[in-house]
Amino acid sequence: MSVTFCGIELAHPLINGSGTFDPIAAERVFGGELAERFPFAAFVSKTVTLDPRQGNPPPRLWELPGGLINSIGLPNKGLRRFLGEDLPRLAQLPVPVIVNVMGFSREEIAELVCALDERDEAAGIELNVSCPNVETGLVMGADPWELGALLNQVRPLTGKPLIVKLTPNATDVAAVALAAQEAGASALSLINTLRGMAFDPRSGQPWLGATTGGVSGPAVRAVALAQVHAVAQAVEIPIIGMGGVQRGEDALDLMRAGADLVAVGTESFRDPAAALRIAAELDQLLAKSAI
Amino acid sequence: MSAARTVAPFGRRLAPVTAREQHGAYVVLRCDDLEGPHPQAGQFYMLAAASRWGGGEGERPFLPRAFSVLRAHEDPAGGVELAFLIEDVGPGTNRLCELVPADGLLLLGPLGHGFEPPRGDRRALLVGGGVGIAPLAIWQDRLGADTPALLGFRDAPRAEAARLISGARIATDDGSVGHSGPVTDLLKRKLEFGGEGLEVYACGPPAMLEAVRLICAEHRSPAQLALESGMACGFGACFGCVVSTLEGYIRLCVDGPVLDASTLETVAVGH
Repeated sequence: MSVTFCGIELAHPLINGSGTFDPIAAERVFGGELAERFPFAAFVSKTVTLDPRQGNPPPRLWELPGGLINSIGLPNKGLRRFLGEDLPRLAQLPVPVIVNVMGFSREEIAELVCALDERDEAAGIELNVSCPNVETGLVMGADPWELGALLNQVRPLTGKPLIVKLTPNATDVAAVALAAQEAGASALSLINTLRGMAFDPRSGQPWLGATTGGVSGPAVRAVALAQVHAVAQAVEIPIIGMGGVQRGEDALDLMRAGADLVAVGTESFRDPAAALRIAAELDQLLAKSAI
Repeated sequence: MSAARTVAPFGRRLAPVTAREQHGAYVVLRCDDLEGPHPQAGQFYMLAAASRWGGGEGERPFLPRAFSVLRAHEDPAGGVELAFLIEDVGPGTNRLCELVPADGLLLLGPLGHGFEPPRGDRRALLVGGGVGIAPLAIWQDRLGADTPALLGFRDAPRAEAARLISGARIATDDGSVGHSGPVTDLLKRKLEFGGEGLEVYACGPPAMLEAVRLICAEHRSPAQLALESGMACGFGACFGCVVSTLEGYIRLCVDGPVLDASTLETVAVGH
């Protein structure tokens, strides 16, 4: 099942969605067995921002039928400590590391991309464009012009694969995808979470500390299939498909829709080794479909 | 907190349910963890039923549920027999309470880090509330059956769980068993009269833990609190279970669930 993605050799097509696995914490919990049975063919880091972030006030989670809403708020150490403390440790993983970054302006993102361009430990860079540009007020990944302007600025800064993580909360995701391709994106990943909300049944107030959050899990799988399919019709560059993958069959469906790689996210919360099982199931299905 | 945690096997595993016992309002579920290590007192597991996990009230549950281990014994046939204390309060606990021997339990763990031994020559005092008495039972198994315990419950059916812990003094909110009032009344009295040289180990609802924290601070008694927080994963991936400490948010699943009271400004009460 080995695949080449943007020039990176991968043992199989299953990776993790950003922010759904922390190998440094998991190594404390599971010890050396984690590296021996590492479930992903590449590791995508949690979002790194220029400055440290505490994240959103709790509660941060709400369970749904077939999924959950999270409003975590991108807590992270900030670029400097990520580069100094975490990236060298992530580089010890038996798989390539893709670093996910987010900035609140094009200049911030340019600074993040430049800093990572200098680091051999980063095999690729994924841009989280699901937040507003504080200078224009537009969500960078929701507007083709805004995203094109961002990539025009940051694409020349690195020769590493630049993956754009698309938000599903956009009017026309295929148009945004096409703008990303035209401005030099190496690949696209989708879908990020869908905006959602829940009320506390006792108080009648919004449950989540940040009022709204992102919906993930099998509840969004059909949306992911439709969006990956629409984007695959519009672009030539590789696609990382994700959204509610629980079984090999779900991964195969995303590949049928046009994904080159498939990411597992929420299912890893239910079982950290889920991607190992899904990869084995996918392997069997692909072998069967090849006959 | 310094003791090395017991490391969990990577991935969730199937453990057959061996017994289901009703203790008043609570259920004790026992299972055979054939591959698992012996957990530390205060560590927890993520549990889910192997079948029909989903399709309950509101089409839930979806995520596994976190439970402190109540007891753990070496199984002569191999592996470890684990026991969990469960109160049916929602779709997840409801499904777990339905399980009977030979049903499958999916578990991940042991997770988090547990209780530390008392500092210096201090003696342990256990303080529990409701279903939160669970980690105190295994801690008393380790420390010795003569370790004193103060347990609080809402009413008599819940107070039946007190028999899981040796020699406990009981308080109930409705006064039907033991002292009428919060268990922290008993703690206050204990610390005021001959309470020097104690280290308090507490687990229970947030309001109780906050009262324990304040009483222990007032009497300069060290305290280790086992907290609870809604979590999706239990191993540091989701960042959903954070609690506020003097050093900012920490993930309760990997940096707790047992926290030294001195690291907290307050135990958040609310959700």
